[in-house]
Amino acid sequence: MRFILAAVVSVALSAMSAHTSVAIKDYAFQKPVITVAAGTTVSWTNRDDDPHTVTADDKSFDSKGLGNGDAWTHTFTKPGKYTYHCSAHPFMKGTIIVTEAAKPQ
Amino acid sequence: MKREEFLECMAWCGTGVVYGLSGAGMVGRALADDAASSMPLPDRTFVQISDTHIGFNGKANQDVIATFSQAIDKINALPKPPEFVIHTGDLTHLSKPDQLDTVKQMLGTIKAGAFYAVPGEHDVINDGGAEFFKTFGHPSGNRWFSFDAAGVHALALSNVVDITKGGILGRDQLEWARTDLAKQRQDTPIVIMAHIPLYAVYPDWGWTTDDQMELMDQLRRFDTVTVLNGHIHQVLSKVDGKITFYTAASTAFPQPKPGTAPHPGPLAVPAGELGKLLGIRTVTVHGGSHTIAVADASLAS
Repeated sequence: MRFILAAVVSVALSAMSAHTSVAIKDYAFQKPVITVAAGTTVSWTNRDDDPHTVTADDKSFDSKGLGNGDAWTHTFTKPGKYTYHCSAHPFMKGTIIVTEAAKPQ
Repeated sequence: MKREEFLECMAWCGTGVVYGLSGAGMVGRALADDAASSMPLPDRTFVQISDTHIGFNGKANQDVIATFSQAIDKINALPKPPEFVIHTGDLTHLSKPDQLDTVKQMLGTIKAGAFYAVPGEHDVINDGGAEFFKTFGHPSGNRWFSFDAAGVHALALSNVVDITKGGILGRDQLEWARTDLAKQRQDTPIVIMAHIPLYAVYPDWGWTTDDQMELMDQLRRFDTVTVLNGHIHQVLSKVDGKITFYTAASTAFPQPKPGTAPHPGPLAVPAGELGKLLGIRTVTVHGGSHTIAVADASLAS
């Protein structure tokens, strides 16, 4: 019985997607490089008065203009290295490294 | 470029221009003006405004509509309506429909012969500029264009789309400029207008245009070239041979002097100081002599 319960919990957890967040502040992505498992949703929130964007270098994703307090999310489903920048301030750069999704035990 | 080198350059480059604060605000004029005596042809004027950022609401200015209204009042109080007004970009803060509508209505109250605009990076941040060009672009639909007015041949350029470091003009625009400029006489005063500075003001903050040198090479054969930019929200000037560069004050908020802060951005100043750092620019083209006088008036003047 105990084993079955643990298995149910494990399946439930793996079905839930993971979340993480990156603040945009002082003209920088505050966590410039993060590593997440495939399926993770990343949210960015702009804390500057100036608008910023989260724009993939290959344009595969683009938040468009985020004003002060605006948030934007993107779910990374495929493993790989995703480099991005702010389209208004290209000196602002960030990287998301997506690893294989954690396998259920 | 290191900050010391930058300051040295600014000091050296400033030798050809009388530039500074006067009782009437910030004024500048080409030294060649002094040689020009009274000419039979009348002076002609146009006005540059920049970086109105309608929709901005932060510590640096909590009422950008009020300061833009003051700028419009200054234009409408000029002794003679300017032949045209050029807005050098960042009309709105986020290109939202209500912001575009507000700035369009306010621009409609300016008394001038014509109105032109070039895009800033804020104007293209959502849709690559589709809505901006639909609302403020040239009737031809072209994203860059030239026109003849106020005794000058003016090029209105776009250097804010798909930027990767500083501003970028791109191959197509540079080729178009080459063809356009080839048709102009050497003694025709040329005015170049674009949002991001067309010289290396401070590359670490993106305050430069990566492919500007090719355009400058096309401009060197002309007797007088005046380059008008926005983006950096402060009045700076530089002389390079017969080409003079002027960046403009914003009507919304100042930004730090190059390299004096960890990053660029809206700069909050003590109450009472804001109006002194915002302004409009009047450009006078002297009849006959073809010399250009640039006068910056702050909103406090």
